[in-house]
Amino acid sequence: MRLVINGKESTLEPGQTVAGWLAARGLDPQAVIVEINEAIVPRELWPDTALKEGDRVEVVSFVGGG
Amino acid sequence: MSDTLTIGGRELTSRLFIGSGKYSSNTLIPAVMEASGAQVITVAVRRVDPEAGQENILAHVPKSAILMPNTSGARTAQEAVRIARLARAAGCGDWVKIEVINDNRYLLPDNFETVKATEILAAEGFTVLCYMSPDLAAGRRMVEAGAAAVMPLGAPIGTNRGLKTREMVRIMIEELDVPIVVDAGIGRPSEACEAMEMGAAAVLVNTAVASAADPVGMARAFGRAVAAGREAWLAGPGAVSELARASSPLTGFLGGISGE
Repeated sequence: MRLVINGKESTLEPGQTVAGWLAARGLDPQAVIVEINEAIVPRELWPDTALKEGDRVEVVSFVGGG
Repeated sequence: MSDTLTIGGRELTSRLFIGSGKYSSNTLIPAVMEASGAQVITVAVRRVDPEAGQENILAHVPKSAILMPNTSGARTAQEAVRIARLARAAGCGDWVKIEVINDNRYLLPDNFETVKATEILAAEGFTVLCYMSPDLAAGRRMVEAGAAAVMPLGAPIGTNRGLKTREMVRIMIEELDVPIVVDAGIGRPSEACEAMEMGAAAVLVNTAVASAADPVGMARAFGRAVAAGREAWLAGPGAVSELARASSPLTGFLGGISGE
């Protein structure tokens, strides 16, 4: 299935969850925030939230800034 | 006598806010916070790039510090609101520095969009601090919209040029009933001190510290300058005079002729 993650066209196997996607990329769940189709997904829902065809996903974190 | 600054229900003893950007290494941040005495630190929100490897800046921020995410990258009120909500979802508190910029050359903030974002976020319970171009009318609108503090710039971001907007900032300090935090452009501790002597509630610096040869030493200098400026403001500076006023009596000089 095709979806857009952080502005990039991506192809994923169906059935992947947010938690699974983060784990596969070595991302610390405590350090990121996830939004799907402009709705924030609370951290506790990540293990049960499946990514779907056409989703627009944003995965963000804090960086240095003034 | 305790002299504290209360914003969003948090009582601060330090009136220096520190930005977390542009350090040669984020490992400097704990020492910068410690040396400066700052209790508030800003961060930004950006997309994660899994290929680039991820450094978690929060790992370098002291747990006791108040985190103030900014909305940098936002060009409209709606974008700022979206970034603020994402930042709050991280679970690190409800402070936000609204920063809406659609000018690429001088990075001057858009006060109109900032007012609109303030209205929305204050109603959602955020503690909103507005980065803004110094302007009394815009500042009043931000206060009406629910801003907890207004943060006029001293000079364009990252320039180290100092308190170029002195007169407008002075008027805002005099006229607005919320804390005025001078943010951006401050390059030297003396300039931070001057802002505090004028009655600013606090000063936010980032580039001045991060770009110093010794950021920790510069952070300490800023902490002292801000504290000194505050003490001077509380002590009430004396009047300025055009003509000389002698410090000693103008009578009783040696060699003079006294009496009749």
